[in-house]
Amino acid sequence: MNKNYFEIKRAGINTTFQDQGRDNLYHIGIPFSGAMDNRNFQISNKLVGNEVNFPIIEFAYQGPLLKYFGENINFAITGNVKFIIRKKNNTIEGKCYQSFILENGDELDIISTNKSVYGYLAVSGEFDVNYQWSSCSVNTKANIGANNGKKIEDGQKIYILNINKNLSDKKLNYINTKIENIRVIQGTNFDYFSDEGKKIFFEKEFVISKLSDRMGMRLEGPKIENIVDTNIKSEGLLKGVIQVPADGNPIIMLSDHGTIGGYPKIGVVISADYDKLVQLTPGSKIKFKKVELADAETLFKLYDLETQNLISQI
Amino acid sequence: MIKNISNLGDAALYCDFGSEVNKEINSKVIRYFKSIQKENIDGINNLTPSYNKLIISFDLRKKNFQTIKKLIENLNITNDDALESNKIKIPVCCDENFSLDIKRLEEKLQITRDKIYEKFFGKEFFCYMTGFIAGMPFLGDLENELQAKRLETPRVKVPKGSVGLTEQFANIYTFESPGGWNIIGNTPQVIFDSTNENNPNLINPGDVVTFEQITKEQYYNNNE
Repeated sequence: MNKNYFEIKRAGINTTFQDQGRDNLYHIGIPFSGAMDNRNFQISNKLVGNEVNFPIIEFAYQGPLLKYFGENINFAITGNVKFIIRKKNNTIEGKCYQSFILENGDELDIISTNKSVYGYLAVSGEFDVNYQWSSCSVNTKANIGANNGKKIEDGQKIYILNINKNLSDKKLNYINTKIENIRVIQGTNFDYFSDEGKKIFFEKEFVISKLSDRMGMRLEGPKIENIVDTNIKSEGLLKGVIQVPADGNPIIMLSDHGTIGGYPKIGVVISADYDKLVQLTPGSKIKFKKVELADAETLFKLYDLETQNLISQI
Repeated sequence: MIKNISNLGDAALYCDFGSEVNKEINSKVIRYFKSIQKENIDGINNLTPSYNKLIISFDLRKKNFQTIKKLIENLNITNDDALESNKIKIPVCCDENFSLDIKRLEEKLQITRDKIYEKFFGKEFFCYMTGFIAGMPFLGDLENELQAKRLETPRVKVPKGSVGLTEQFANIYTFESPGGWNIIGNTPQVIFDSTNENNPNLINPGDVVTFEQITKEQYYNNNE
Protein backbone atom coordinates (compact mmCIF):
# COMPACT_ATOMS: atom_id res chain seq x y z
CA MET A 1 0.00 0.00 0.00
CA ASN A 2 1.28 3.47 -0.87
CA LYS A 3 1.71 5.58 2.19
CA ASN A 4 1.86 9.32 1.89
CA TYR A 5 3.07 11.16 4.92
CA PHE A 6 4.89 14.07 6.48
CA GLU A 7 7.70 13.43 8.89
CA ILE A 8 7.85 16.23 11.43
CA LYS A 9 11.43 17.44 11.66
CA ARG A 10 10.46 20.41 13.83
CA ALA A 11 6.99 20.78 15.26
CA GLY A 12 6.97 24.54 15.81
CA ILE A 13 5.54 26.39 18.78
CA ASN A 14 1.85 25.59 18.73
CA THR A 15 1.03 23.35 15.80
CA THR A 16 -2.33 21.58 15.91
CA PHE A 17 -4.95 20.00 13.68
CA GLN A 18 -8.04 22.16 13.41
CA ASP A 19 -11.25 22.39 11.42
CA GLN A 20 -14.48 24.34 11.94
CA GLY A 21 -14.68 23.25 15.60
CA ARG A 22 -17.45 21.53 17.56
CA ASP A 23 -20.90 22.80 18.50
CA ASN A 24 -23.34 22.20 21.33
CA LEU A 25 -20.93 21.12 24.06
CA TYR A 26 -20.61 24.28 26.16
CA HIS A 27 -22.99 22.80 28.72
CA ILE A 28 -20.53 20.02 29.50
CA GLY A 29 -17.53 22.32 29.51
CA ILE A 30 -16.15 21.95 25.98
CA PRO A 31 -15.63 25.10 23.87
CA PHE A 32 -15.90 25.41 20.07
CA SER A 33 -12.15 25.32 19.44
CA GLY A 34 -11.56 25.19 15.67
CA ALA A 35 -9.30 27.30 13.48
CA MET A 36 -8.72 30.66 15.13
CA ASP A 37 -8.85 32.62 11.87
CA ASN A 38 -11.81 31.07 10.14
CA ARG A 39 -11.41 32.97 6.85
CA ASN A 40 -7.81 31.90 6.31
CA PHE A 41 -8.71 28.34 7.30
CA GLN A 42 -11.42 28.12 4.63
CA ILE A 43 -9.30 29.75 1.93
CA SER A 44 -6.41 27.33 2.55
CA ASN A 45 -8.70 24.38 1.87
CA LYS A 46 -10.20 25.88 -1.27
CA LEU A 47 -6.70 26.53 -2.68
CA VAL A 48 -6.04 22.78 -2.71
CA GLY A 49 -9.47 21.80 -4.01
CA ASN A 50 -10.89 20.61 -0.67
CA GLU A 51 -14.20 21.30 0.95
CA VAL A 52 -13.67 24.44 3.06
CA ASN A 53 -14.11 22.59 6.37
CA PHE A 54 -11.46 19.89 5.90
CA PRO A 55 -8.88 19.40 8.66
CA ILE A 56 -5.78 21.58 8.27
CA ILE A 57 -2.64 22.21 10.28
CA GLU A 58 -2.70 25.46 12.22
CA PHE A 59 0.56 26.92 13.46
CA ALA A 60 1.48 29.98 15.50
CA TYR A 61 4.63 32.10 15.15
CA GLN A 62 7.25 29.47 14.27
CA GLY A 63 5.67 26.81 12.07
CA PRO A 64 6.66 23.19 11.46
CA LEU A 65 9.41 21.77 9.26
CA LEU A 66 7.91 18.83 7.41
CA LYS A 67 9.58 16.29 5.14
CA TYR A 68 7.23 14.74 2.63
CA PHE A 69 7.20 11.13 1.43
CA GLY A 70 4.77 9.87 -1.17
CA GLU A 71 3.17 10.69 -4.48
CA ASN A 72 2.97 14.31 -5.62
CA ILE A 73 0.62 16.44 -3.58
CA ASN A 74 -0.52 20.05 -3.67
CA PHE A 75 -0.39 22.27 -0.64
CA ALA A 76 -1.21 25.88 0.19
CA ILE A 77 -0.42 28.15 3.09
CA THR A 78 -2.55 31.10 4.14
CA GLY A 79 -1.98 33.94 6.55
CA ASN A 80 1.11 36.09 6.42
CA VAL A 81 3.78 33.41 6.47
CA LYS A 82 7.40 33.03 5.41
CA PHE A 83 8.17 29.53 4.15
CA ILE A 84 10.47 27.70 1.75
CA ILE A 85 10.37 24.42 -0.14
CA ARG A 86 13.69 22.54 -0.20
CA LYS A 87 13.97 20.26 -3.21
CA LYS A 88 16.84 17.95 -4.09
CA ASN A 89 18.65 20.53 -6.17
CA ASN A 90 17.14 23.87 -5.31
CA THR A 91 15.14 25.88 -2.84
CA ILE A 92 11.91 27.66 -3.70
CA GLU A 93 10.70 30.73 -1.84
CA GLY A 94 7.07 30.12 -0.86
CA LYS A 95 4.12 32.45 -1.36
CA CYS A 96 0.90 32.46 0.59
CA TYR A 97 -2.45 32.09 -1.20
CA GLN A 98 -0.94 29.94 -3.92
CA SER A 99 -0.78 26.20 -4.36
CA PHE A 100 2.58 24.42 -4.71
CA ILE A 101 3.52 20.82 -5.41
CA LEU A 102 5.51 18.65 -3.02
CA GLU A 103 7.39 15.66 -4.42
CA ASN A 104 8.79 12.66 -2.57
CA GLY A 105 11.66 13.84 -0.34
CA ASP A 106 10.85 17.57 -0.47
CA GLU A 107 11.01 19.57 2.74
CA LEU A 108 8.51 22.27 3.59
CA ASP A 109 10.02 24.68 6.10
CA ILE A 110 7.42 27.02 7.58
CA ILE A 111 9.80 29.51 9.11
CA SER A 112 7.44 31.94 10.79
CA THR A 113 4.35 34.05 10.62
CA ASN A 114 5.09 37.65 9.82
CA LYS A 115 3.47 40.38 11.99
CA SER A 116 0.63 37.96 12.66
CA VAL A 117 0.02 34.94 14.85
CA TYR A 118 -1.66 32.09 12.97
CA GLY A 119 -1.04 30.43 9.62
CA TYR A 120 -2.73 27.48 7.91
CA LEU A 121 -1.37 24.55 5.93
CA ALA A 122 -3.80 22.60 3.75
CA VAL A 123 -2.97 19.69 1.43
CA SER A 124 -4.88 18.20 -1.51
CA GLY A 125 -5.93 15.17 0.48
CA GLU A 126 -7.24 14.18 3.88
CA PHE A 127 -5.07 14.18 6.95
CA ASP A 128 -5.57 10.82 8.62
CA VAL A 129 -7.01 12.14 11.89
CA ASN A 130 -9.59 11.02 14.40
CA TYR A 131 -12.74 12.99 15.10
CA GLN A 132 -14.52 13.64 18.37
CA TRP A 133 -17.98 15.14 18.25
CA SER A 134 -17.67 15.51 14.45
CA SER A 135 -14.54 17.63 14.66
CA CYS A 136 -10.81 16.92 14.62
CA SER A 137 -10.04 20.24 16.32
CA VAL A 138 -7.46 19.80 19.02
CA ASN A 139 -8.24 21.12 22.47
CA THR A 140 -5.00 20.55 24.34
CA LYS A 141 -6.55 21.33 27.70
CA ALA A 142 -9.13 18.54 27.60
CA ASN A 143 -7.05 16.39 25.21
CA ILE A 144 -9.88 16.25 22.73
CA GLY A 145 -9.58 15.88 18.97
CA ALA A 146 -6.96 14.61 16.53
CA ASN A 147 -3.50 13.43 17.63
CA ASN A 148 -4.92 12.41 21.05
CA GLY A 149 -5.81 16.02 21.66
CA LYS A 150 -2.18 17.08 21.67
CA LYS A 151 0.03 19.45 19.75
CA ILE A 152 1.98 17.97 16.86
CA GLU A 153 5.40 16.85 18.12
CA ASP A 154 8.90 16.45 16.76
CA GLY A 155 9.53 13.16 15.02
CA GLN A 156 5.94 12.09 14.50
CA LYS A 157 4.46 11.09 11.15
CA ILE A 158 1.31 12.56 9.71
CA TYR A 159 -0.42 10.38 7.13
CA ILE A 160 -2.46 11.69 4.24
CA LEU A 161 -5.27 9.76 2.57
CA ASN A 162 -7.17 10.16 -0.70
CA ILE A 163 -4.84 12.51 -2.51
CA ASN A 164 -6.54 14.48 -5.24
CA LYS A 165 -4.24 13.95 -8.21
CA ASN A 166 -5.68 16.05 -11.00
CA LEU A 167 -5.22 19.43 -9.51
CA SER A 168 -4.42 22.60 -11.37
CA ASP A 169 -2.47 25.41 -9.76
CA LYS A 170 -4.64 27.75 -7.78
CA LYS A 171 -4.03 31.25 -6.60
CA LEU A 172 -5.80 34.11 -4.88
CA ASN A 173 -4.89 37.76 -4.73
CA TYR A 174 -5.39 38.61 -1.11
CA ILE A 175 -3.52 40.56 1.51
CA ASN A 176 -4.39 40.32 5.18
CA THR A 177 -5.10 43.71 6.63
CA LYS A 178 -4.39 44.54 10.24
CA ILE A 179 -6.93 46.21 12.48
CA GLU A 180 -6.27 48.58 15.34
CA ASN A 181 -9.84 49.39 16.25
CA ILE A 182 -11.67 46.41 17.67
CA ARG A 183 -15.41 46.90 17.53
CA VAL A 184 -17.34 45.74 20.56
CA ILE A 185 -20.88 45.57 21.87
CA GLN A 186 -21.34 46.59 25.50
CA GLY A 187 -21.27 43.61 27.85
CA THR A 188 -23.88 42.48 30.35
CA ASN A 189 -21.88 43.96 33.26
CA PHE A 190 -20.98 47.23 31.59
CA ASP A 191 -22.47 49.15 34.50
CA TYR A 192 -20.11 47.50 36.99
CA PHE A 193 -17.49 50.01 35.88
CA SER A 194 -17.08 53.64 36.84
CA ASP A 195 -17.81 56.39 34.30
CA GLU A 196 -14.09 56.98 34.15
CA GLY A 197 -13.51 53.24 33.63
CA LYS A 198 -16.04 53.12 30.79
CA LYS A 199 -14.41 56.12 29.18
CA ILE A 200 -10.97 54.57 29.46
CA PHE A 201 -12.27 51.36 27.88
CA PHE A 202 -13.47 53.13 24.76
CA GLU A 203 -10.83 55.83 24.47
CA LYS A 204 -7.46 54.57 25.63
CA GLU A 205 -5.00 52.24 24.02
CA PHE A 206 -4.44 48.70 25.30
CA VAL A 207 -1.42 46.56 24.58
CA ILE A 208 -1.69 42.83 23.88
CA SER A 209 0.29 40.91 26.47
CA LYS A 210 2.60 37.95 25.89
CA LEU A 211 0.26 35.90 28.06
CA SER A 212 -2.01 35.19 25.12
CA ASP A 213 -2.83 31.86 23.55
CA ARG A 214 -5.71 29.95 21.95
CA MET A 215 -7.67 30.30 25.21
CA GLY A 216 -7.45 34.00 25.74
CA MET A 217 -5.78 37.30 25.02
CA ARG A 218 -4.64 39.37 27.98
CA LEU A 219 -4.39 43.12 27.65
CA GLU A 220 -2.41 45.72 29.55
CA GLY A 221 -3.32 49.34 29.85
CA PRO A 222 -4.90 51.88 32.14
CA LYS A 223 -6.80 50.14 34.92
CA ILE A 224 -10.57 49.94 34.44
CA GLU A 225 -12.18 50.71 37.77
CA ASN A 226 -14.94 48.42 39.01
CA ILE A 227 -17.44 50.08 41.35
CA VAL A 228 -19.86 47.21 41.95
CA ASP A 229 -18.16 43.83 42.44
CA THR A 230 -15.04 42.29 40.95
CA ASN A 231 -16.80 38.93 40.79
CA ILE A 232 -20.12 37.80 39.39
CA LYS A 233 -21.87 34.49 39.95
CA SER A 234 -20.14 32.19 37.48
CA GLU A 235 -21.93 31.99 34.15
CA GLY A 236 -21.31 31.07 30.53
CA LEU A 237 -18.67 32.64 28.34
CA LEU A 238 -18.34 33.01 24.58
CA LYS A 239 -15.43 33.67 22.34
CA GLY A 240 -14.92 37.40 22.07
CA VAL A 241 -16.23 38.13 25.58
CA ILE A 242 -14.05 40.70 27.37
CA GLN A 243 -13.82 40.04 31.11
CA VAL A 244 -12.22 42.44 33.56
CA PRO A 245 -10.83 40.71 36.68
CA ALA A 246 -9.96 42.50 39.91
CA ASP A 247 -6.61 43.76 38.62
CA GLY A 248 -8.47 45.87 36.05
CA ASN A 249 -6.73 44.39 32.99
CA PRO A 250 -9.13 43.02 30.35
CA ILE A 251 -8.97 39.43 29.07
CA ILE A 252 -10.59 38.52 25.75
CA MET A 253 -11.89 34.96 25.52
CA LEU A 254 -10.65 33.09 22.45
CA SER A 255 -11.64 29.79 20.80
CA ASP A 256 -10.37 27.35 23.50
CA HIS A 257 -11.71 29.41 26.44
CA GLY A 258 -13.05 27.96 29.69
CA THR A 259 -16.82 27.69 29.26
CA ILE A 260 -17.72 29.34 32.57
CA GLY A 261 -16.28 32.42 34.21
CA GLY A 262 -16.87 34.69 37.15
CA TYR A 263 -15.47 38.05 36.14
CA PRO A 264 -17.65 40.94 34.96
CA LYS A 265 -18.13 41.21 31.21
CA ILE A 266 -17.45 44.73 29.98
CA GLY A 267 -17.92 43.97 26.29
CA VAL A 268 -17.99 41.43 23.49
CA VAL A 269 -15.93 41.68 20.29
CA ILE A 270 -18.23 41.63 17.28
CA SER A 271 -18.17 38.50 15.11
CA ALA A 272 -16.93 40.47 12.10
CA ASP A 273 -13.67 41.40 13.87
CA TYR A 274 -12.78 38.06 15.45
CA ASP A 275 -10.54 36.64 12.67
CA LYS A 276 -8.47 39.80 12.63
CA LEU A 277 -8.34 40.17 16.38
CA VAL A 278 -6.70 36.76 16.87
CA GLN A 279 -3.96 37.65 14.40
CA LEU A 280 -2.70 40.57 16.51
CA THR A 281 0.71 39.84 18.03
CA PRO A 282 1.79 40.60 21.60
CA GLY A 283 2.88 44.23 21.83
CA SER A 284 0.22 45.40 19.33
CA LYS A 285 -1.78 48.40 20.42
CA ILE A 286 -5.55 48.29 20.10
CA LYS A 287 -8.52 50.51 20.83
CA PHE A 288 -12.09 49.44 21.44
CA LYS A 289 -14.85 51.08 19.46
CA LYS A 290 -18.45 50.81 20.52
CA VAL A 291 -21.07 49.57 18.04
CA GLU A 292 -24.72 48.68 18.36
CA LEU A 293 -26.16 45.22 17.75
CA ALA A 294 -27.80 46.10 14.41
CA ASP A 295 -24.52 47.48 13.06
CA ALA A 296 -22.62 44.43 14.28
CA GLU A 297 -25.07 42.19 12.43
CA THR A 298 -24.63 44.15 9.20
CA LEU A 299 -20.85 44.21 9.58
CA PHE A 300 -20.81 40.44 9.97
CA LYS A 301 -22.97 39.97 6.88
CA LEU A 302 -20.51 42.09 4.90
CA TYR A 303 -17.51 40.26 6.32
CA ASP A 304 -19.03 36.87 5.58
CA LEU A 305 -19.96 37.96 2.06
CA GLU A 306 -16.39 39.09 1.49
CA THR A 307 -15.12 35.69 2.69
CA GLN A 308 -17.55 33.90 0.35
CA ASN A 309 -16.43 36.13 -2.53
CA LEU A 310 -12.78 35.34 -1.89
CA ILE A 311 -13.53 31.63 -1.78
CA SER A 312 -15.52 31.80 -5.02
CA GLN A 313 -12.63 33.53 -6.79
CA ILE A 314 -10.43 30.45 -6.30
CA MET B 1 -39.90 32.58 34.04
CA ILE B 2 -37.02 34.30 32.30
CA LYS B 3 -36.82 37.72 33.92
CA ASN B 4 -35.02 39.38 31.08
CA ILE B 5 -33.50 38.48 27.73
CA SER B 6 -30.69 40.64 26.39
CA ASN B 7 -27.92 40.14 23.87
CA LEU B 8 -24.42 39.05 24.78
CA GLY B 9 -22.47 40.26 21.78
CA ASP B 10 -24.03 39.78 18.35
CA ALA B 11 -24.46 36.01 18.41
CA ALA B 12 -25.97 35.06 21.77
CA LEU B 13 -28.99 35.53 23.99
CA TYR B 14 -28.38 36.21 27.66
CA CYS B 15 -31.36 34.87 29.60
CA ASP B 16 -31.47 36.15 33.15
CA PHE B 17 -33.44 34.11 35.70
CA GLY B 18 -32.52 36.23 38.73
CA SER B 19 -29.55 37.10 40.85
CA GLU B 20 -29.73 34.59 43.72
CA VAL B 21 -28.08 31.19 43.67
CA ASN B 22 -30.51 28.52 44.79
CA LYS B 23 -31.98 25.25 43.59
CA GLU B 24 -35.34 26.76 42.64
CA ILE B 25 -33.89 29.26 40.20
CA ASN B 26 -31.25 26.84 38.95
CA SER B 27 -33.92 24.16 38.32
CA LYS B 28 -35.76 26.65 36.12
CA VAL B 29 -32.57 27.27 34.16
CA ILE B 30 -31.99 23.54 33.74
CA ARG B 31 -35.61 22.98 32.61
CA TYR B 32 -35.26 25.66 29.96
CA PHE B 33 -31.92 24.25 28.90
CA LYS B 34 -33.31 20.73 28.50
CA SER B 35 -36.46 21.89 26.70
CA ILE B 36 -34.55 24.02 24.22
CA GLN B 37 -32.09 21.20 23.66
CA LYS B 38 -35.00 18.91 22.74
CA GLU B 39 -36.42 21.45 20.27
CA ASN B 40 -33.24 21.15 18.19
CA ILE B 41 -33.66 24.65 16.79
CA ASP B 42 -31.75 25.22 13.58
CA GLY B 43 -29.01 27.81 14.05
CA ILE B 44 -28.59 27.44 17.81
CA ASN B 45 -25.07 26.12 18.30
CA ASN B 46 -24.62 26.18 22.08
CA LEU B 47 -26.50 26.41 25.35
CA THR B 48 -24.73 27.24 28.59
CA PRO B 49 -26.83 26.88 31.73
CA SER B 50 -25.32 28.25 34.93
CA TYR B 51 -26.61 29.09 38.44
CA ASN B 52 -29.17 31.64 37.30
CA LYS B 53 -28.41 32.41 33.65
CA LEU B 54 -28.79 30.60 30.37
CA ILE B 55 -26.71 31.69 27.41
CA ILE B 56 -27.96 30.63 23.99
CA SER B 57 -25.49 31.11 21.18
CA PHE B 58 -26.40 30.91 17.55
CA ASP B 59 -24.81 30.91 14.12
CA LEU B 60 -25.03 34.47 12.87
CA ARG B 61 -25.03 33.20 9.28
CA LYS B 62 -28.40 31.56 9.91
CA LYS B 63 -30.14 33.48 12.66
CA ASN B 64 -30.01 36.74 14.57
CA PHE B 65 -30.85 38.00 18.03
CA GLN B 66 -34.44 38.97 17.22
CA THR B 67 -35.35 35.71 15.49
CA ILE B 68 -33.94 33.51 18.26
CA LYS B 69 -35.44 35.72 20.96
CA LYS B 70 -38.89 35.32 19.43
CA LEU B 71 -38.47 31.56 19.18
CA ILE B 72 -37.46 31.31 22.82
CA GLU B 73 -40.26 33.58 24.03
CA ASN B 74 -42.81 31.48 22.19
CA LEU B 75 -41.64 28.18 23.62
CA ASN B 76 -44.13 26.62 25.95
CA ILE B 77 -42.03 25.46 28.86
CA THR B 78 -43.87 24.02 31.80
CA ASN B 79 -42.59 24.07 35.30
CA ASP B 80 -44.48 21.00 36.37
CA ASP B 81 -42.41 18.09 35.15
CA ALA B 82 -40.06 16.76 37.74
CA LEU B 83 -36.48 17.39 36.78
CA GLU B 84 -34.75 14.23 35.61
CA SER B 85 -32.09 13.51 38.14
CA ASN B 86 -29.55 10.76 38.73
CA LYS B 87 -28.19 9.93 42.15
CA ILE B 88 -24.45 9.43 42.01
CA LYS B 89 -21.99 8.27 44.66
CA ILE B 90 -18.42 9.51 44.41
CA PRO B 91 -15.67 7.77 46.41
CA VAL B 92 -13.09 10.15 47.85
CA CYS B 93 -9.82 9.38 49.60
CA CYS B 94 -8.58 11.96 52.10
CA ASP B 95 -5.11 10.56 52.59
CA GLU B 96 -2.65 13.36 53.34
CA ASN B 97 -1.19 13.08 49.83
CA PHE B 98 -4.60 14.05 48.48
CA SER B 99 -6.07 16.46 51.04
CA LEU B 100 -3.75 19.28 50.05
CA ASP B 101 -5.57 22.08 51.88
CA ILE B 102 -7.07 20.34 54.89
CA LYS B 103 -4.73 22.08 57.35
CA ARG B 104 -5.46 25.44 55.79
CA LEU B 105 -9.20 24.68 56.00
CA GLU B 106 -8.97 23.70 59.66
CA GLU B 107 -7.46 27.10 60.34
CA LYS B 108 -9.85 29.02 58.08
CA LEU B 109 -12.98 27.30 59.38
CA GLN B 110 -11.80 26.86 62.98
CA ILE B 111 -13.01 23.25 63.10
CA THR B 112 -11.16 19.92 63.04
CA ARG B 113 -10.73 17.82 59.94
CA ASP B 114 -12.96 15.14 61.42
CA LYS B 115 -15.75 17.70 61.72
CA ILE B 116 -15.10 18.84 58.15
CA TYR B 117 -15.40 15.28 56.85
CA GLU B 118 -18.43 14.61 59.01
CA LYS B 119 -20.24 17.59 57.50
CA PHE B 120 -19.15 16.72 53.97
CA PHE B 121 -19.50 12.97 53.53
CA GLY B 122 -22.90 11.32 53.16
CA LYS B 123 -24.65 14.63 52.44
CA GLU B 124 -26.60 15.18 49.22
CA PHE B 125 -25.33 17.89 46.89
CA PHE B 126 -27.15 19.24 43.86
CA CYS B 127 -25.32 19.74 40.56
CA TYR B 128 -25.97 23.33 39.50
CA MET B 129 -23.86 23.28 36.36
CA THR B 130 -20.88 21.69 34.65
CA GLY B 131 -18.07 23.45 32.90
CA PHE B 132 -15.10 25.75 33.12
CA ILE B 133 -13.08 22.67 32.22
CA ALA B 134 -14.78 19.71 30.56
CA GLY B 135 -17.08 17.84 32.92
CA MET B 136 -16.31 19.80 36.08
CA PRO B 137 -19.44 19.76 38.28
CA PHE B 138 -20.43 22.65 40.55
CA LEU B 139 -22.16 21.03 43.53
CA GLY B 140 -24.04 22.66 46.38
CA ASP B 141 -24.83 23.62 48.98
CA LEU B 142 -22.21 23.18 51.66
CA GLU B 143 -23.20 23.96 55.24
CA ASN B 144 -22.21 27.40 56.49
CA GLU B 145 -19.47 25.91 58.67
CA LEU B 146 -17.71 24.54 55.56
CA GLN B 147 -17.76 27.72 53.53
CA ALA B 148 -14.33 29.18 52.86
CA LYS B 149 -12.88 31.54 50.29
CA ARG B 150 -10.65 30.20 47.56
CA LEU B 151 -6.86 30.15 47.96
CA GLU B 152 -5.29 33.58 47.82
CA THR B 153 -2.75 32.31 45.33
CA PRO B 154 -4.29 29.67 43.09
CA ARG B 155 -2.30 26.49 42.42
CA VAL B 156 -0.66 26.29 39.02
CA LYS B 157 -1.55 22.60 38.91
CA VAL B 158 -4.39 20.97 40.78
CA PRO B 159 -4.13 17.17 40.37
CA LYS B 160 -6.77 15.34 38.35
CA GLY B 161 -9.54 13.92 40.56
CA SER B 162 -9.08 16.54 43.28
CA VAL B 163 -12.21 17.40 45.24
CA GLY B 164 -12.32 21.06 46.23
CA LEU B 165 -14.47 23.39 48.31
CA THR B 166 -15.14 27.09 47.87
CA GLU B 167 -17.94 29.13 49.38
CA GLN B 168 -21.15 27.07 49.18
CA PHE B 169 -19.84 24.70 46.51
CA ALA B 170 -17.81 21.55 45.99
CA ASN B 171 -16.27 20.54 42.67
CA ILE B 172 -14.12 17.86 41.11
CA TYR B 173 -11.13 18.61 38.88
CA THR B 174 -11.67 16.40 35.85
CA PHE B 175 -8.18 17.24 34.53
CA GLU B 176 -4.99 18.58 35.97
CA SER B 177 -5.66 22.29 35.81
CA PRO B 178 -4.80 25.57 37.48
CA GLY B 179 -7.25 26.34 40.26
CA GLY B 180 -7.85 27.93 43.62
CA TRP B 181 -10.32 25.67 45.42
CA ASN B 182 -9.51 24.18 48.83
CA ILE B 183 -8.63 20.55 48.10
CA ILE B 184 -9.80 18.00 50.68
CA GLY B 185 -9.32 14.72 48.82
CA ASN B 186 -9.17 12.87 45.53
CA THR B 187 -11.49 10.52 43.69
CA PRO B 188 -10.36 7.59 41.53
CA GLN B 189 -13.70 7.79 39.69
CA VAL B 190 -13.59 8.93 36.04
CA ILE B 191 -15.81 12.03 35.93
CA PHE B 192 -15.29 12.99 32.28
CA ASP B 193 -14.72 10.50 29.48
CA SER B 194 -14.20 12.05 26.06
CA THR B 195 -14.42 8.65 24.34
CA ASN B 196 -18.07 8.39 25.43
CA GLU B 197 -19.46 10.98 23.04
CA ASN B 198 -23.12 10.46 23.93
CA ASN B 199 -22.61 10.81 27.63
CA PRO B 200 -19.14 12.11 28.50
CA ASN B 201 -20.10 13.57 31.88
CA LEU B 202 -20.72 11.31 34.85
CA ILE B 203 -22.46 14.21 36.60
CA ASN B 204 -24.92 16.51 34.83
CA PRO B 205 -26.91 19.57 35.91
CA GLY B 206 -29.82 18.49 38.11
CA ASP B 207 -28.10 15.33 39.39
CA VAL B 208 -27.65 14.64 43.10
CA VAL B 209 -24.19 13.66 44.31
CA THR B 210 -23.09 12.06 47.57
CA PHE B 211 -19.44 11.72 48.52
CA GLU B 212 -18.24 8.61 50.35
CA GLN B 213 -14.94 8.40 52.13
CA ILE B 214 -12.65 5.53 51.13
CA THR B 215 -9.28 4.30 52.36
CA LYS B 216 -6.02 4.51 50.45
CA GLU B 217 -6.25 0.77 49.71
CA GLN B 218 -9.75 1.16 48.29
CA TYR B 219 -8.55 4.14 46.25
CA TYR B 220 -5.78 2.18 44.57
CA ASN B 221 -7.98 -0.89 44.07
CA ASN B 222 -10.52 1.31 42.35
CA ASN B 223 -7.79 2.72 40.12
CA GLU B 224 -6.71 -0.67 38.81
